[in-house]
Amino acid sequence: MGYDTVIGLEIHVELKTSSKIFCGCKNEFGGEPNTRCCPVCLGMPGTLPVLNKKVLEYTVKAGLAMNCKTAGFSKFDRKNYFYPDMPKAYQVTQHNLPICYDGYVDIVVGHEIKRIGIERIHIEEDAGKLIHSSDGQDSLIDYNRCGVPLIEIVTRPDISSPEEAKIFLETIKTILEYIEVSDCRMQEGSLRADVNLSLKPKGSNTPGVRTEMKNLNSLRAVQRAAQAEAERQARILDAGQEVYQETRRWDDHKGESFVMRGKEESMDYRYFPEPDLPPVCLDENFVRTIKKSMPELPGMRRERYVNQFGIPKYDAELITQNKHIADLFESTTEICGNPKLVSNWIMTEIMKRINETGEMILESINGENFGQTLLLLDKGEITHASAIQVIDVLLETGEEPVKIIERLNLRVQRDETLVEDTITQVINDYPDALNDYISGKEKAFGFFMGKTMAALKGRGDPSQVKRMLAKELQKRMNQ
Amino acid sequence: MSICKKTIIETAELLRSREIGAVELTKEYINQIKKKNPDINAYVTVCENEAIKAAETAQKLLDSNEDISYLCGVPTALKDNICTNNIRTTCASKMLENFLPPYSATVYNKLQKSGAVLLGKLNMDEFAMGSSSEHSIFGAVHNPWNTAYVAGGSSGGSAAAVAADLCAFSLGSDTGGSIRQPASFCGVVGLKPTYGLVSRLGLIAFASSLDQIGPMTKDVADCALIMNVIAGYDPMDSTSVKVQAVDYLDGLEREVDDLKIVLPREFFDSALDEDVKDIIMRALKDLESGGAILSECSLPSIKNAVPAYYIISSSEASSNLARFDGIRYGYRDENAKNISDLYRRSRSEGFGREVKRRILLGTYALSSGYQDELYKKALKVRSMISREFNNAFKKYDVIAAPTCPTVAFKLGEKLDDPLKMYLNDIYTVAVNLAGLPAISVPCGKDKNGLPVGIQLIGKPFGEKLLLNIAKMIEMKAGRLQIHEEKEDL
Repeated sequence: MGYDTVIGLEIHVELKTSSKIFCGCKNEFGGEPNTRCCPVCLGMPGTLPVLNKKVLEYTVKAGLAMNCKTAGFSKFDRKNYFYPDMPKAYQVTQHNLPICYDGYVDIVVGHEIKRIGIERIHIEEDAGKLIHSSDGQDSLIDYNRCGVPLIEIVTRPDISSPEEAKIFLETIKTILEYIEVSDCRMQEGSLRADVNLSLKPKGSNTPGVRTEMKNLNSLRAVQRAAQAEAERQARILDAGQEVYQETRRWDDHKGESFVMRGKEESMDYRYFPEPDLPPVCLDENFVRTIKKSMPELPGMRRERYVNQFGIPKYDAELITQNKHIADLFESTTEICGNPKLVSNWIMTEIMKRINETGEMILESINGENFGQTLLLLDKGEITHASAIQVIDVLLETGEEPVKIIERLNLRVQRDETLVEDTITQVINDYPDALNDYISGKEKAFGFFMGKTMAALKGRGDPSQVKRMLAKELQKRMNQ
Repeated sequence: MSICKKTIIETAELLRSREIGAVELTKEYINQIKKKNPDINAYVTVCENEAIKAAETAQKLLDSNEDISYLCGVPTALKDNICTNNIRTTCASKMLENFLPPYSATVYNKLQKSGAVLLGKLNMDEFAMGSSSEHSIFGAVHNPWNTAYVAGGSSGGSAAAVAADLCAFSLGSDTGGSIRQPASFCGVVGLKPTYGLVSRLGLIAFASSLDQIGPMTKDVADCALIMNVIAGYDPMDSTSVKVQAVDYLDGLEREVDDLKIVLPREFFDSALDEDVKDIIMRALKDLESGGAILSECSLPSIKNAVPAYYIISSSEASSNLARFDGIRYGYRDENAKNISDLYRRSRSEGFGREVKRRILLGTYALSSGYQDELYKKALKVRSMISREFNNAFKKYDVIAAPTCPTVAFKLGEKLDDPLKMYLNDIYTVAVNLAGLPAISVPCGKDKNGLPVGIQLIGKPFGEKLLLNIAKMIEMKAGRLQIHEEKEDL
């Protein structure tokens, strides 16, 4: 029997404000355990929260980027539960009046555009981390992450496959990077997702029983967990059994999930309005100012690249998926002036290097040095091979392209006498090849071309060499 | 007369005229505490060394002749739920018996800045939950007027210390009457400011939406003086309100023309002791003969104030006190087998009966399935009460009422009957629900010689008028002072 998969995501995103949500502590990943906390984020008796205004700004930004409405009146609530990483024994969150609601995000599935509804985006605080000793005897707590500002993005159940879930997450990640509210480093836990999934008979309108999979922290894990859960539920339904409403934990190593708690054990969080924080009344001006300062979003950029730079839609799509790469494209094009050349190089050499060594290479390469390199290539001052060499050296040493070119003597060799002498030498060295050529074997031309370029250490200008080689060979034929 | 009997303003004059030195004064108070505290049990911590050091610093300031505060060199003490950096702050609970706060409450910082000398920390009902200061791991506070009686609560230590001259003034906290009721029982002045006027930062929360810190003093002028120091916006307390600074002392004795005082019937019901009623009415008649206009009105929702108060305050408390889990600070049972066992044991052993009762009540009131019927309904009552108060203030300047239905009761009398104890708050809790300012000022003694306080309730941020009227009452009734036999001899 076939089923339709129904998926909704809850995505937790750490905002990269400079300080935490309710205190002045630095908001940075890592650090020696318990060095980035104060009485407030440790929930010491008598302490009070003061909301970081940047958190509001970033959340509204995210809401606008996801086409949400912003609530004129919103408030904070306490979610009460005991856990050692939660020093107040309640999490400050927004229960029924989130700051943003009713939005959508368009994703590209194959060649189609699909609209995924955003139910709400609300603000909350992150908890600390438990660290268990390897012998299982001790549990230690690091409170550095306590009070790191989070937004939770809750989608409508509009996602219909694990693949779509992955694409949606990628799209969200791109948007958040564009509006610069989060680093979205999944490996550092700054973006984590819960997957709510249910199946229903194909074409049916009756929703099935759903399960919730907690805290998935990679795109791959989200897709795999959703896939495995859809298969698990299908097996249960195929066997004529019932799916239980429960919370499950995904084990990415084992590739399977386990029950965390069933419906009966579901927690009563006893939500009530946080009395230490006044309600948030968003000023229209505040929202308008943010709206005005909104940066260009990926979709808009894609269109502009096609129109302004005339690069193919496919290239534009690929380049705009990562804001840093798109930024590199623009700044490089500004220097080099040949957008098609830049986009080709980005999609081949740069993407290749990112895949090999990771995004940190974007810290060494920039519009200035990349642009200079491509400009010299475009002007024929260096060859394609030399340009690749320059990129590799500058990634390693950070040297300026011009200096690299001088130091390694990469500039194209155009000295007519030298080229002529080299060609004469090469032809003299290979009399058999010359005979081949004279007897009409065209392939020998390529042979001489390669040998000449090699003798010029790759620095010859191919068109010049070709022209002069042809002239010299003609001369020999006439002799 | 012992120097410790003097008001802040009198003491400040003596310090300025060099009739007494700050260190000498502090030592005098410390001796007084050593002598009298065993009978009263107002102090749970006396920080003698720190106090003398602070007095020495204050003396230097006094000697510098610079523009110094009235409080410079004046000995004070704080209710033990107000955090004092590195000085034990216990909330009179086993849970925090050895807790050293890593920071100070804003009010304490302000007092320190003005040169006040902290003598120690004052006894209270555990986590401010109670009306008699009997729920304390350090034992009950005794009423200085008659040590067989309670001092009231929860700021019983703060009231008793001022009444027994063990500090020149103190600070208490008021969630449902915890400043006003003990002030009334001990014959001192106690003011619960408008919610948001005084910073709550560093006050260990009982019920965040109701708690306010306020002064407890020997007379009305001192109360105004302390308000000048502690009131004001604190950017570190998001519930604190930006209001224009007011000089509460300025014009304290001015005449108020056409003062319209209203007596809501609900505050003069059958629960009110006849003797107390007579004393209150006499004080009000005095105001009337001074030109005030007395009227009656009805605030019908007041009858639901006590249940609404206990639901809201306990709900917030159940959340506020959840952080005491034995993990980071405070009491921990060392024999726990696992994490939930650690929570269960530490909290069962660390909290007293009354605190546990309220945590259970509050947890229940917030639980899904009961929240609508209990917590949310209580919030509705709360807004109805606010509305009725607002309407009353459209017609009248101030509401007058007894602070409590009776004078102080005997130690142990209501300890086993929580409902009876809760009903002691019937005239005070509505004020907290509405966030209004209210003062209790002594207006006489009953036939057994126990003090009676009258309560004045004002409009939001109407403290100045309250102090004004309180001053008129005090001028008629006189300051209540305990005459000790030894001194009389």
